[in-house]
Amino acid sequence: MDSLLTISGLTKSFGGVHATNDVNLEVAKNQLHAIIGPNGAGKTTLISQLSGTLRPDAGRITFEGRDITATPAYKRAGLGITRSFQITSLLSAMSVIENVALAVQARNKHSFRFVRAAHKISYLRDEAMRALEKVGLAHRAGENTAGLSHGEHRQMEIALALATNARLMLLDEPMAGLGPTESEKMIEILQGLKSTHTILLIEHDMDAVFALADQISVLVYGKIIATGTPDEIRSNVAVRHAYLGEE
Amino acid sequence: MDRKQMITLAVMAALLILPPLFIWTGYAFYLDLATRLVILAIAAVSLNLLLGYGGMASFGHAAFIGIGAYAVGIPAYHNTYGEFELVASYNGFFQIFLAVAITALFALITGIICLRTKGVYFIMITMAFAQMVFYLFISLEVYGGDDGLVIDTRSEFPLLNLDNPLHLYFFSFISLAAAMLIVRTIARSQFGMVLKGAMGNEERMIALGYNTYAYKLTAYVISGAMCGYAGALLGNFTTFISPEMMGWTRSGELMFMVILGGAGSTIGPVIGSGLFVLVEELLSSFTIYWHLPFGLMLILVVLLFRGGLLGLISGNSKSGGH
Amino acid sequence: MDFTLLFIQTINGLQLGLLLFLVASGLTLVFGILDFVNLAHGSIYMLGAFICAALTFFLGNFLLAIAVALPIVAIIGYVIERTIVRSLYTRNHLDQVLGTFGLILVLDTLAHLIWGPAGISVPLPQWLNGRVEVVEGVVIPTYRLLIIATGGAVALGLLWLVNYTRLGMLIRAGASNRPMVSALGIDIQLLFGLVFALGAVLAGLAGMLISPITEASIGMGGEIIITAFVVIIIGGIGSIKGAFIAAIIVGLIDTLGRSFLDTIFKLVMSTEAAESSAPAISAMLIYILMATILAFRPQGLFPPKVR
Repeated sequence: MDSLLTISGLTKSFGGVHATNDVNLEVAKNQLHAIIGPNGAGKTTLISQLSGTLRPDAGRITFEGRDITATPAYKRAGLGITRSFQITSLLSAMSVIENVALAVQARNKHSFRFVRAAHKISYLRDEAMRALEKVGLAHRAGENTAGLSHGEHRQMEIALALATNARLMLLDEPMAGLGPTESEKMIEILQGLKSTHTILLIEHDMDAVFALADQISVLVYGKIIATGTPDEIRSNVAVRHAYLGEE
Repeated sequence: MDRKQMITLAVMAALLILPPLFIWTGYAFYLDLATRLVILAIAAVSLNLLLGYGGMASFGHAAFIGIGAYAVGIPAYHNTYGEFELVASYNGFFQIFLAVAITALFALITGIICLRTKGVYFIMITMAFAQMVFYLFISLEVYGGDDGLVIDTRSEFPLLNLDNPLHLYFFSFISLAAAMLIVRTIARSQFGMVLKGAMGNEERMIALGYNTYAYKLTAYVISGAMCGYAGALLGNFTTFISPEMMGWTRSGELMFMVILGGAGSTIGPVIGSGLFVLVEELLSSFTIYWHLPFGLMLILVVLLFRGGLLGLISGNSKSGGH
Repeated sequence: MDFTLLFIQTINGLQLGLLLFLVASGLTLVFGILDFVNLAHGSIYMLGAFICAALTFFLGNFLLAIAVALPIVAIIGYVIERTIVRSLYTRNHLDQVLGTFGLILVLDTLAHLIWGPAGISVPLPQWLNGRVEVVEGVVIPTYRLLIIATGGAVALGLLWLVNYTRLGMLIRAGASNRPMVSALGIDIQLLFGLVFALGAVLAGLAGMLISPITEASIGMGGEIIITAFVVIIIGGIGSIKGAFIAAIIVGLIDTLGRSFLDTIFKLVMSTEAAESSAPAISAMLIYILMATILAFRPQGLFPPKVR
């Protein structure tokens, strides 16, 4: 198995509470690895440590063979890791395509270019449109972000992740707040990305998780209590007891 | 052409045509007013880059104006009275170079520290640094200290005679146009998009891979240097250079100019400076206590007009501060 | 090394520090509890000085004047809170700064209107005008000791208020959890009004105490506010303990720096270089201190715990 991301012994506490308690995890290339668990289990804390916004107290994160535990957040995108946010985090004053174009622009080593107007650069526009097409938002490209629906905002989060051309996508509850039709659409989008991207998916929506995941890890009170295929997890007694039973 | 562009054209045309008319019709005083307006507008345009496009509320810009002014005054002083051969000069290019270089350096050093903070901390720290420069120049007795410095020779440029008020005016006007063009270009460039993105949602920009600190620092230095240039012009205009120019209250006035006119637009700061200078002139002609109604007006502006006057005119509801 | 001078300047630095603490504590209290940046805090300091000065002449007694002026300043503070401050609570800090900037112009001009452009010097009663021999050969003006005693007493009083009284508990709770305090049925509006008035009283008191030394003048507010900002930045915005420690440090460094920097410089450079650079550097000393501390701790020395 070709492991893209390895997490070993990751620990993070907040005033005595172990938000992340000695977590060990491996994500294989081009696999969709889901993390499920009850609320407050520490899922977002885990993602934040992977994206670099939080520093772990102990443990190691290895990406493509490289130790990135201490790498600052803004450098991780350049290494090939991108994240989406559970609570939509977009540039609401800009248009849809301007948002995604910024994600494309980030692929360059730097943006210290002061002369040419950004909106005139066709490569930025074209790549942004490609990402928007993949999530089905191409028709909304010119509109102001603030005017879009919640579901479309969640799609934009995916578009941004795509546009960075990252090899590892950390998706934090992409389905948060979506109704049934929107959820189906999101599952479709994620299905389309599965084989070509490595995805670490945090989700509450069980239908989505069991439909998409190649591997599932169950996080309870900061600890991983089980990892396996969807079938293995479904039949795991401890998991049922700790999580599925509580639903 | 949309409303904003029409307004921009109208204002610039007025600034181009009216002042020479003032001279020819004998109202030279209004030319002085216009010169001051244009020079302060350059400073406001520089602050707008930082505030309107970067969301950084710097209350330290008066320091850049002051340093720029002294960059003209000190060389002139030494050229007249001797000593310090290295900087003694009336040469305009040299003085402007000095103004821009020193303010850029000062902006870099203070920016490195200031930009590690946000929000109200940032406001207070920039204020403190401006005050520091103020006290520094007060303590420099050799350059007049509290009493300031008077220069009898303006910057010397080939073909130009800055003692001619019309020359000085057009030099300032062209500088303003250049400044506006520079800021507009930067704002629409890739750099500008990153800056605006960092203003809107810094966490998101970092997640995308941008080292936002570096971009903000760069904007800070550019803004400071441009403001230093305005200071050099101001020093030439007033020929009286004193620490008063860099008191922190001056920064507040500059901030109001940017916000009054509408931050985040090209012509906004120019309209803001114009309004500010005109209201100041008008009120002070009525009473020596003009700061009272002026202060009340400023309070009202803050309470009521959130998008600046240009925002009102062009129907935008852009937030004037961050 | 002139130890007498060192001792005297240390006392002076302590006095300056305690006065700065009076001003800074009000500022940081208002910011910490009300989340409000009051640029006009320095103007209240000035108003305190003028009102006390005017009352001293009217009543003929300096201490009595202070006693009467303090409640007046409290009322002024409360009125300002009810009118302008209240409408700016929901706005971002920049708007608050700009709004109170306008307020400074209004208050300063009012002072100009009422008391004229010149300052008012405040005469001290005979018994405060003397000197005290603290240690053999070291003589300190009585009044400075009074200022130090008052500053110290206020510091202790604030410590007691914030940590041991019900009001203090509400203040601390308000700082960390406003909705909860409201939900408990406590009138947040009233609490905020009182806190702002308290801040005003602290600033006003400082102005009153300094006026016999430096006279009440219109520019005094503008001078003190930035130094107060430097103090609370160093101490940590919102922390009274931080304001106290930072104020003492700033007071000492500023005073001792101005007196002894040229002596220190002469140890490492020529007399000429020392004498020409010392005044400039000592003028910038507290800002250099602020910058150095921020380089390592951008939140200040004792930032309060975020809610």
